[in-house]
Amino acid sequence: MRTSKPLPDRAGAATTPVLAVTALRKEYGTLAAVDGISFQVGRNEIVGLLGPNGAGKTTTINMILGVLAPTAGTIHIEDIDLATQRSRALARTNFAAVYAPLPGNLTVYQNLRVFGLLYGVPRLAQRIEVVIEQFALQPFRNTKCGVLSSGEQTRVGLAKAMLNAPRLLLLDEPTASLDPAAARDVRARIRELAARDTGGALWTSHNMYEVEEVCDRVLFLSRGKILLEGDPKTLPAAHGRRTLEELFIAVAREPLTLTGG
Amino acid sequence: MRAQRVAAIVLRQFYLMRGSPARVVPLFAWVAIDMVLWGFITTYLNAVTASGFNFVPVLLGAVLLWDFFIRVMQGVTMAFFEDVWSRNFLNLFATPISIAEYLGGLVLSSIATSTLALAVMLALATAAFGLSFLVYGLLLIPFLLVLFLSGIALGIFSSAVVLRLGPAAEWFIWPIPAILSPFAAVFYPLSTLPRWMQYVGRLLPPSYVFEGMRAIIGGGTASGTGLAVGAGLAVLCILLACQFFAHIYWHAVRAGLIARYSAETLN
Repeated sequence: MRTSKPLPDRAGAATTPVLAVTALRKEYGTLAAVDGISFQVGRNEIVGLLGPNGAGKTTTINMILGVLAPTAGTIHIEDIDLATQRSRALARTNFAAVYAPLPGNLTVYQNLRVFGLLYGVPRLAQRIEVVIEQFALQPFRNTKCGVLSSGEQTRVGLAKAMLNAPRLLLLDEPTASLDPAAARDVRARIRELAARDTGGALWTSHNMYEVEEVCDRVLFLSRGKILLEGDPKTLPAAHGRRTLEELFIAVAREPLTLTGG
Repeated sequence: MRAQRVAAIVLRQFYLMRGSPARVVPLFAWVAIDMVLWGFITTYLNAVTASGFNFVPVLLGAVLLWDFFIRVMQGVTMAFFEDVWSRNFLNLFATPISIAEYLGGLVLSSIATSTLALAVMLALATAAFGLSFLVYGLLLIPFLLVLFLSGIALGIFSSAVVLRLGPAAEWFIWPIPAILSPFAAVFYPLSTLPRWMQYVGRLLPPSYVFEGMRAIIGGGTASGTGLAVGAGLAVLCILLACQFFAHIYWHAVRAGLIARYSAETLN
């Protein structure tokens, strides 16, 4: 069963979704890593993309980032077709992932400056100072990223992800190496971003507490298909589970028993 | 094409080189060694042959021009390898940068580094061994231009090979100039070579430069047609190399190798 929630349509915000994915499919030989999924991320919305390892979450994110070509389907970022207007579409996105640290041989400031130019950030010097302060990176400003702890590197990655104030923010396990206090700050920061601007975020995490706290809506992915969709606070009860974590485990172990709802 | 994105690649290279002797010293160390070695060889040859023939502009000049070609090629590949070594492809290619902008950034980085190498070589060859580039006249400009374009083309082609085959393929790239040099008639006329090697040599733009250079030293004039063919071939090589890089890049995007580059293959 798939429950749906209308996209938030706050006053003053554009009505087009930030991200519209339609019939997206990625095949590797005979294996469908992502099997015809469709979903949207609305304005001011944080959508959680959940699923067990190998479910197709990172494959989906890589396709939205334009570094992996879909076998079929379309991706529109603010109505811009990623396949035909790649640069325009990607200028509106940014991402942070635990498996994509910034070059360790550049300092925090140097990385932010290079990526700021790549994303065409206006008033870059000023913007760099803002994100450095937001992610408490002042002590590491001139430190090479390679010598930072994994948590500090994650914060640098998040600062880079926020640099161009992206309309679509893609976060692949962004708090995986953060301590609980830093993780809470990051969650607050992302929520602020989603509430303040007209952007949206797609968030993957294995921390169900975090997902419940942050996400307006979740998509459960299993074997490349979206199995469930809905409000993380009400979805477990709708499927006879007490918590989101129990629901996650059920999806991971017995996806077929849940498809009927 | 956005100049800002091209500048980002150049700036990254500048940051890496600034304060990094491991990156700066090789820019001129090897070419300086070549100048000294070949400078003494030519001095010795001038002394023992007693023919009055001046080997300096022929051999030392050829080494200098060939080293310039190699530095241009390596200027492109070194800037590209920085992204390989720092596993930066996912971050980089998820930005709005286009292939043309990325390659533009690599080329500009190469112009900066190869110009530095050329300046060091010219200073050494002139000051220590009396090599005067006035002997080539204004033709030095098209000579350098053809070699520059050829170096860029080879650098882009080599980067594409590494993008396709993975980080370990770096070791295929370093010997390429050495493999090409016998065909490019760097030290001897093309006519010295067996016919099949001459055919290969005529397809290589640098061979027209070295033939022209020897013609001038021999008291004749460089063939304008030859240089035009060399320049045309060099431009064609750049276009083909860019197309090859783009083809390899899109193959990597389809196969998923950009996101998992260090895996080299998906099998």
